Amino acid sequence: MSTATNGTLDAKRSPMWSAGYGHDAISTRTLGFWLYMLSDAMMFTALFVAYTVLGHAFNAAGGPWGATVAHPGVAFEETVWLFSSVLAYGLAMIALTKGHRGGVMLGITAALLIALGFLSVDIHEILHLFRMGATPERSGYLSAFFTLVFYHGLHVVAGIAWMLVMLIQVAFTGLTEKVVYRLLNLRLFWHFQAVMWVFMFTFLYLRGAIV
Amino acid sequence: MLVHIDGPWSPLLGRLALSEIPYKNPILVGTFVFAMLVGVVLVGLATYLGAWRTLWRDWLTSVDHKKIGIMYILIGLVMLFRGFIDAVMMRTQQALAVGPRSSGYLHALHGYLTPYHFGQIYTAHGTIMILFAATPLLVGIMNILVPLQIGARDMAYPYLNAVSLWLTAAGAALVMASLFIGNFAHAGWFGIVPVMELPYSPGVGVDYWMWAFQLSSIGTTLGGINLLATIVKMRAPGMTWGRLPIFTWASLSANLISLTTFPVLTVTLALLALDRYVGTHFYTAGLGGNLMLYNDLFWIWGHPEVYFVILPAFGMISEIIPTFSEKPLFGYLGMVLASLGIAGVSWGVWLHHFFTMAAAPAVNAFFSITTMVVGIPTGVKVFNWAFTMFRGRLRFELPMMWASAALFLLLVGGLTGMMNAFATNDYMVHNSVFVVAHFHMMLLLIVYAIFGGVNYWFPKVFGFRLEQRYGKMFFWLFTAGTAVVFIPMFTLGFMGMTRRLDYVAFPQWGPLLDIEVAGIAIYALSVVFLLAQLYVSFRDRAQNRAGLDAWETSRNLEWMTHSPVPFYNFAVTPEIHARDERAWRVEHGVDTVRPERYEDIHMPRNTALPLGLGLLSFGLAFGLVWRIWWLASVCAAMIVVLIVIRSFDNDTDYTIPAQDVERMERDIRDVPSGRPVTGDVAGGVPAFREGV
Repeated sequence: MSTATNGTLDAKRSPMWSAGYGHDAISTRTLGFWLYMLSDAMMFTALFVAYTVLGHAFNAAGGPWGATVAHPGVAFEETVWLFSSVLAYGLAMIALTKGHRGGVMLGITAALLIALGFLSVDIHEILHLFRMGATPERSGYLSAFFTLVFYHGLHVVAGIAWMLVMLIQVAFTGLTEKVVYRLLNLRLFWHFQAVMWVFMFTFLYLRGAIV
Repeated sequence: MLVHIDGPWSPLLGRLALSEIPYKNPILVGTFVFAMLVGVVLVGLATYLGAWRTLWRDWLTSVDHKKIGIMYILIGLVMLFRGFIDAVMMRTQQALAVGPRSSGYLHALHGYLTPYHFGQIYTAHGTIMILFAATPLLVGIMNILVPLQIGARDMAYPYLNAVSLWLTAAGAALVMASLFIGNFAHAGWFGIVPVMELPYSPGVGVDYWMWAFQLSSIGTTLGGINLLATIVKMRAPGMTWGRLPIFTWASLSANLISLTTFPVLTVTLALLALDRYVGTHFYTAGLGGNLMLYNDLFWIWGHPEVYFVILPAFGMISEIIPTFSEKPLFGYLGMVLASLGIAGVSWGVWLHHFFTMAAAPAVNAFFSITTMVVGIPTGVKVFNWAFTMFRGRLRFELPMMWASAALFLLLVGGLTGMMNAFATNDYMVHNSVFVVAHFHMMLLLIVYAIFGGVNYWFPKVFGFRLEQRYGKMFFWLFTAGTAVVFIPMFTLGFMGMTRRLDYVAFPQWGPLLDIEVAGIAIYALSVVFLLAQLYVSFRDRAQNRAGLDAWETSRNLEWMTHSPVPFYNFAVTPEIHARDERAWRVEHGVDTVRPERYEDIHMPRNTALPLGLGLLSFGLAFGLVWRIWWLASVCAAMIVVLIVIRSFDNDTDYTIPAQDVERMERDIRDVPSGRPVTGDVAGGVPAFREGV
């Protein structure tokens, strides 16, 4: 720790002030985004807790429950859409490591269009449930079910909006430091919502259908 | 989808109508007149001093962590005053409304507050003191100190920092608006379902409570992310984890709590909002809702929140005691582990808030034991402080007085907390004023630490020390008030008095309630001395000018830059060699070594967008409270637009050339303390300036 014990120290040999010290913007931004994802994961956790607590037959209050609400087949179709979109975004990131602007834009556009495909299936399924009388107002069970579905859907919508913004920025400002850390964070975000979807698929749809 | 509500509603104003303005209530009219007078005086003063431009350029649009911290503290102090007035009203009501023959005034049967009004007051008192006084005060202090203690120029995300501030400010403004437009929730600060559900509370009070809470919650989550990233990423070279100042460790632990628990609160309140707005059934009494879900979710946030506010307070005490004992902190590693331990165990104790709500004995036993476990790391801290003082050269200056008095409160509050931790014992005192007195001991400990911290770091931020004579009178009166209010309250708790009584049925409790009123009068008197202290300090600021190290025995990095701190904190980033860097440099005789040459400094640019986001979120919340759908949708859309606009702004930073840094540094002459004024600090907080 200390280099001298006699109470004096050569300030030249042990510098007191650091020259040329800076911070890495991309890694600082990425750490912050990881922390944000942790907080968002806690929100999902709380919603899953609510879903588990309200997941009993009596929480359905005599309304639709179990396999009538949870359709694993449709959810599998949604999974394929979602994961393809993540894959497309991953390809855009490979183009980013090569500094290939066109490739980045192509990948993001593909991810965006596939995500729209997911959304259309998702909305179609929700409307189908609404038509058969399974609405959030019907019971505590359905409230928790739909809140999770909508909260995840909100992430997909936010991701699509973010992709649109990034397409414009990549096209007009190019791959500057700020654009790059946003692309990297969007990658994290897009994977994050897919991971959350895995939990949705497992607990809402697979387990939900066999109770 | 939206729940239909009976009663008047118009597309333009929603549920808002003239009848919602409580102009017939003399208490609220008086408050309104007072608030308007203060407002007029402040606006007049700003105009008279020609301060609008400075206010806008240097404060409202600032992203400087020190100024944001000061604004947080100002919000906290204003709300602390508001919460105190609520306390005065509760004490006087309970002292007046004793026994069936007590008289009533202002439409109240007993005392002067109707039960509904009284309910709003205790709800507001709790909500304000926790979320809009304690939290902003501590977040403000962390904001100011953490970057200074780790040798950073600013927070990791200065813009996000300003957004957090203005979200908190919007929440506080919403609570204040509820005084004069509509009403506030009346079911307690932590909410009770299904009373908070729409059929039982159809008014706007719960909505005000819910959205104010929500804004503050989101602001604090973002602030937590920011502080954590700052501590992890922005440390000066050589600042290893083992050399991190203890307050920064405490902030790290506290923000780990806020990052993981405030999102749970956001969900809890969002689900209540869904129940009230779109008619879902999360917490309803029928149709598959679950009342306990609310209690569990709320207290999963609620209890960690207690440690979120107490850990920075412990951190401040841990900084003050070594300075005024002229010794290094005893048991640094133990202190760090204790902070992290408290943060960890905070997750497993929430059920002790409702031992009596029919959990199985095994469940109660589990939470009873985890609650007692909290005593271990807290005990470690107390002993470390005691051993730090042991054989030290103690100087009882103001910060030290506040810090050491806080230890006594910790003792009383901690031991009564252990009593409550026994589930069997808790059945006896649950919902009594004994519990109220217990947690007020803990929260007053935080207030004591805050006053100590403010006295301690004030010279660092403003460049002059606070006057001590009036300050000590304030301290003693405040302490007397604490004793006279809360000793009778513990006694009343043992006598069986439950909390939140708008009418006291047992006349034999009257004398003790009268003593509590005397205590609150002492508190009120003490405020006069606080104001006197501030006034005298400001008047005599030239004599109280502080140098680099205002207390001469300080130990940490923040005392190595000028007082007041220049806007770039350190002209050149310091190289860290030891745990207490300042003390190490003094010991080795290198504390006067100045940088040999200066470099360009990279700084974030001020922006008005965070203020705009704050105003828009206020508009959004206000629109939702009154169900003014156009206002809410316009504000929500504008928030998204502003966020996108910000992402297209590439001009967010600027560089100060090295020769400018050198010129500014040359103009600063650090005076030995006790000497008259010599100069101004470029870009420092401009409260102190020669000749002003």
